[in-house]
Amino acid sequence: MVTNAASFGRSGVHDFILLRASAVILACYTIFLVSFIALSAPLTYEIWHGLFSALPMKVFTLLTLIALLIHAWIGSWQVLTDYVKNTALRGVLQFTFVVTAFAYLAAGIVIVWGV
Amino acid sequence: MELSEQNVKKQRPVHLDLQTIRFPATAKVSILHRVSGVIMLFAMGILIWLLHGSLASAESFQGVQALFDNFLVKFVVWGILTALGYHLLGGIRHLVMDTGRWEELGSGNASAKAVFVLAIAFSIVAGIWVW
Repeated sequence: MVTNAASFGRSGVHDFILLRASAVILACYTIFLVSFIALSAPLTYEIWHGLFSALPMKVFTLLTLIALLIHAWIGSWQVLTDYVKNTALRGVLQFTFVVTAFAYLAAGIVIVWGV
Repeated sequence: MELSEQNVKKQRPVHLDLQTIRFPATAKVSILHRVSGVIMLFAMGILIWLLHGSLASAESFQGVQALFDNFLVKFVVWGILTALGYHLLGGIRHLVMDTGRWEELGSGNASAKAVFVLAIAFSIVAGIWVW
């Protein structure tokens, strides 16, 4: 079995499932949030603040950022292993992408914590 | 002789006329799915920054709303929405293909073209919404 230290899952099958599971969460959050903003126009601070002060919305937001980390990790691994043949450069880029996604999660925790 | 060179005809036809080589719709959908995905990994930083501003206080919420008076901000947000809509539609096509559908030449090409049409339609709606 081919294994790669830079991939997210334990195997290709694991990556396959995680990519799709995280995609479903990302799609649900995107459709919900875009619909909410579109349907509650004109959007006021009270409505917006009220939405994110509810515990389920905080959990949904953090769940989505975890899904984003997994999805971006696997997706960037697929793209980088196809196009960047230089191992050192690929390693640096993969590190940057994964750290970026982790930073989004950390930022998201701080943002919804204070609401 | 290497193992990979065995049983291979030496005189194979070579087709490298770049003027006549065209990506089929399925290949275009695939590469744009990757491009839109990488774009959104960075675009997400902008969206999280906007989320922070919109939730920090009533004043900063007004500040984020005022940002949308700027053409460049509108253009970037429209671009993000277009990439998001395209990636979402391409992703739904992927999930359908996981069930064994749309895997033939005809249906694969048709669904790829449908993704383009729907993505352009969504992009236009998003543009009207932002402006």
